[in-house]
Amino acid sequence: MGLTVKTALLELLLRAFQLILSMDSEVLNITLLSLKVSGTAVLVGALIGVPIGMVLGLKRFSGKQYLMRFVDLTLRSSINTLMGLPPVVVGLAVYLLLAGSGPLGPLGLLYTPVAMIITQLIMVVPIITGVTMSAVGSVVKAIREKALSLGATDRQAAWTVLSEARMGLLTAIIVAFGAAISEVGGIMITGGNIRWFTRTLTTAIVQEVNLGDFSRAIALGVILLLMAFVINLALTIIQLRGPKR
Amino acid sequence: MPLIEVQNLCKEYSRRQVLKDINLSVQNGEICVLVGPNGAGKTTLLRILDLLEDPTTGRVLFDGKEIDYFAKDKVTLRRRIAMVFQQTVLFNMNVFDNVAYGLTVRDKNKRSVEEKVKTALELVQLRNFERKKALTLSGGEAQRVALAQALVTEPELLLLDEPTANIDPRNVSIIEEVLSRVNRERKTTMIMATHNMFQAKNVAHRVAMFNEGRIEKIGTFQEVFGALSKSLVDFARLENVFSGFSRITGDGTSLVDVGDGLKIEAAFEEAGNVTVFVSPEDIILSAKPIVSSARNSFEGRIVEITELGNIVKLKIKAGRDFTVQITKRSFVEMNLNLSLKVYLTFKASSVRKI
Repeated sequence: MGLTVKTALLELLLRAFQLILSMDSEVLNITLLSLKVSGTAVLVGALIGVPIGMVLGLKRFSGKQYLMRFVDLTLRSSINTLMGLPPVVVGLAVYLLLAGSGPLGPLGLLYTPVAMIITQLIMVVPIITGVTMSAVGSVVKAIREKALSLGATDRQAAWTVLSEARMGLLTAIIVAFGAAISEVGGIMITGGNIRWFTRTLTTAIVQEVNLGDFSRAIALGVILLLMAFVINLALTIIQLRGPKR
Repeated sequence: MPLIEVQNLCKEYSRRQVLKDINLSVQNGEICVLVGPNGAGKTTLLRILDLLEDPTTGRVLFDGKEIDYFAKDKVTLRRRIAMVFQQTVLFNMNVFDNVAYGLTVRDKNKRSVEEKVKTALELVQLRNFERKKALTLSGGEAQRVALAQALVTEPELLLLDEPTANIDPRNVSIIEEVLSRVNRERKTTMIMATHNMFQAKNVAHRVAMFNEGRIEKIGTFQEVFGALSKSLVDFARLENVFSGFSRITGDGTSLVDVGDGLKIEAAFEEAGNVTVFVSPEDIILSAKPIVSSARNSFEGRIVEITELGNIVKLKIKAGRDFTVQITKRSFVEMNLNLSLKVYLTFKASSVRKI
């Protein structure tokens, strides 16, 4: 009995690797779409989240204005809460927005890669903002003052701060990419898992498991893991390397 | 002409007055030391002088010209000043790039940058440290790099905020030596905050005593601390200060009875009431009594342990309380613990009269 299970598992794995090595065109399409959707969401998310995170990390609304302090506190706690947004809830919200009867229905974006990117973007912006905010907050003030004190202009000081905070910024991007590439609930709702069009690695795995094609599901899982590993490896190398002279 | 003139300066944070009516004039080439307890306003004044903060009221003149704290371009003036912060901040680069930073932002040419960085590193005794990663340096080395960063820009005014706080004695003496040398050779004007009165005595031309946001006294060290009363000693939070009756022994020393059965032998001849000080770094700590030429050896127990980065401060109860400073490595190797029995040994010449 044990032997049969082992043999079956080995066979599954073997078929999975054959599938990967055969460069199946559908698998390739699925992989590239996953990269495109999550990559775009993280890239746009970084363009939005990094500046917000930096401003919040640097500045603290304080002083006599109690209202401003309240806004500041609410904003920070909201970001921290949003960092743990359930993807399915985001998917549902985006679905309601983009559905035919929804406010953005006429745009016809539902069940397109754009809808999936929007879904993941909503998920990653709070993550990038939150991680940037905490990474930057701890070092930025001291670094900025040090740079200014050594004669840097405001622009040079800002550049130095960015360079010094790169570890935190890349952490934000790594965490966000990890969350996006492994997400399934949200994009399943807004993308619809349409073959050759909105099927990604995660939605395809769910589909293959439902259909009972485990070797194909394993192959897709291995590709997903490998891809996440290679991208994280590259980002970690950049993170660890100091700026060259 | 004074390089810096502070007139009626006040600073408030959320209606709390941190600096109250400060008037201070520092001449070209002078070393002015600000002493006083934590929270007395020393750091705030230095930050205002470095244009990192604005005064609430009052004005500051630099080289005879009033500083416009609301000016858009503060860089030109700031480039004539440099500051060494208490909390050492270095960039995540190698030592060379750290020291070169101030020159790079000034667009100096590569060759002159290399030369100047080399000179600055030699000055702080960190030759061959260029390629080391700054963030891997020890506390003392890092603070010397921070000093080199400031000195390389050849500032007219050097501001130092407790530059030797929390670093080991060897690094402290290197930094003090560098400051004296730079002041002597380059005539750099310096304003330094410290709560170490002996450092003030070593380097200052003039001392300004801060308390609760005010300058309480200003003058030479002798003028300010000449008649050192017990309250002043408390004020400056000096450790290992003992008062007692001194008796001349006849062989060039005196025996000071400081109470609680403790008699300290000192290398001076004076009878009567005296106040003496033993520097925490002059005391040798051992697990067993040691045979040495040192005239003072006492048994005690560890009652307090404070870790300060690479050094550890221990409070030892040996009749009276002594503070001893050792390296973290010694602390670990000696396997020291609270309430452990230890021995304190120090020379009669380490006992200084104040």
